[in-house]
Amino acid sequence: MKGLQIVVLGSIVPDPLQTLEPVAGPAGPALKNEMMLPAVLDPWAGHALYEAANLARKVEGKAYLVALGPKAKLQQVMMSVAQKAPFELVVLDGPAGGFTDAAETARALAGAVEKIPGLDKSKLLLFGGWQSASRGTGAVLSMVGELLGITDQFQGVDEIKVADDGSFTVLERIEGGSYQQSACAGLPAALGWATGNLPEPPNNPQVGMANMRLIMPALAKATPAGLKGEGLRYAGVEVPSQRRETRIVKNAPVDDIARELAEWIKA
Amino acid sequence: MKVLFLAHTEADGSLGKSACEALGAAKGLGGELTVGLYGAEVQKAADQIAGCGAAKFLGVAGADFATARYGSDASACEAMAKAAGAEVIVMPSTARASRVAAGVAMRLGAAIDTRLTGLEAAGGTITATRWFYRQRMVGRIERDARPWLVTVDSGCFTPVEAAGSASVELLSVAVATRTTVTGVKSPAADAQTIRPEAGLLLVAGAGWGKSQADGQKHVDEAAQLILGFLGATQCSLGSSKSLVDQSGEGAALPFLTHMHQVGQTGATPRHPKGLATCCHGEEPHVVGWRFIGERRAVNLDASCGWAQGKADVLYVADAFAVMKKLGELLR
Repeated sequence: MKGLQIVVLGSIVPDPLQTLEPVAGPAGPALKNEMMLPAVLDPWAGHALYEAANLARKVEGKAYLVALGPKAKLQQVMMSVAQKAPFELVVLDGPAGGFTDAAETARALAGAVEKIPGLDKSKLLLFGGWQSASRGTGAVLSMVGELLGITDQFQGVDEIKVADDGSFTVLERIEGGSYQQSACAGLPAALGWATGNLPEPPNNPQVGMANMRLIMPALAKATPAGLKGEGLRYAGVEVPSQRRETRIVKNAPVDDIARELAEWIKA
Repeated sequence: MKVLFLAHTEADGSLGKSACEALGAAKGLGGELTVGLYGAEVQKAADQIAGCGAAKFLGVAGADFATARYGSDASACEAMAKAAGAEVIVMPSTARASRVAAGVAMRLGAAIDTRLTGLEAAGGTITATRWFYRQRMVGRIERDARPWLVTVDSGCFTPVEAAGSASVELLSVAVATRTTVTGVKSPAADAQTIRPEAGLLLVAGAGWGKSQADGQKHVDEAAQLILGFLGATQCSLGSSKSLVDQSGEGAALPFLTHMHQVGQTGATPRHPKGLATCCHGEEPHVVGWRFIGERRAVNLDASCGWAQGKADVLYVADAFAVMKKLGELLR
């Protein structure tokens, strides 16, 4: 099917290598030095974006990235993400942290998707991560789908194959390392991606330059997301302090170690 | 307070372990309990928990609800939630339930929180516990909004076992979906390396794919040792991201995929015991075995962040040699 519109929902998260520490802010919990922490595109949103760009290239379609986050941080992250794959950015300026409410975020994102010029729901694939490295509810994509009237939804997706008539097949992760195979007769549909099958694309400066021509204006006209954080109260957030007394076994013969481990495993 | 426990049945018509644990979480809230079940048939599952103290059993059954499919499952859950008129709805965090929970909440106008690891009611307030930033911090949350739909993680609540005979009120639900489930693709039993029910998790780290003392990589030997250990113990296999990435590039263990990945960008499985081999790293990787009970590690670095303060025992030794001998002992 030609002319697919693939809308990817995704935002930024703190670089996984950073130490994260919660602090109490005026509007609830936040991360210490949150605005100073290096950020990256959420890994699952990244997988979704690269799969979207790859599919869009095959079907002469177009990929959009709808991101809710602080626009200054988004701009930094887009400098590198824009070099990976062609897409058009839609920005909502607001908090991207893990302590915001999923439903409120979903409403804001659904509103932004609805406003994409020329959006044709009969050609719409809504992509996103099935998890995230911040709040990790796995709920936002599904709720945005409901708000847009999309009732064919899939989660933990690692593969989609779209036929010329718009029907498609999907592989979804289920328990025990298995996949559920499904066929869907047409669009629109929402797909929460696991890792997909594509590696992270190499940087392509030409793609980056073409993207940035649209990304900078999109950042400039970012609309406030208007998240109020009402209704959700935090009684406390803390880094677990569990520390084990590690017994270190050094210079022991391999046979002794193996025997001790075997007894422990069998116990 | 009206509480609805909502769960799907398994392929054999029974209620799975995760669902029985979620029922335990729902019961723990007190209040008037209603059970809602959906699947190909629900009587067997209802009988399995007939004595749980529920005031009512609701069900949606039929061929349309035999498989995990968003359109049909969401409609079934929506119908039962509306019929129950519950203030709090508790579902398990299985793949099937998680697929529809958020969408159902949106249809009901309910607040939603997923993957809770704690849920308790005291003094008219319900406090839920969940993890943030990939299990790196834990928070306790409260909401005034009702209905409130929550999903609860497996391994956190005591499962309910209360067999008997239940009377189920079956609801009729129309299904409108264009999706057909065509099958399940599972690895062959002898090739299965992910086993959620296993008592032991083996975590393979990047060291398996690195050059060893002789300056050479021993990837084939590593693969044999790991697969031999899995065969002998029937344990589940997890891996660090770096080793999975090496495998994706064809440089290391060919049976590893991103589905094995544990840690910040992977899974955080729950097993009673965990054995980490050749793993190195700090907090982002260590979250991969946050929920492992007894933990032991084998690597060459006594000050390794993966093990120090995180494992019960760290064996400073060559994992190749230890795993070879261990495999012989366990065969």
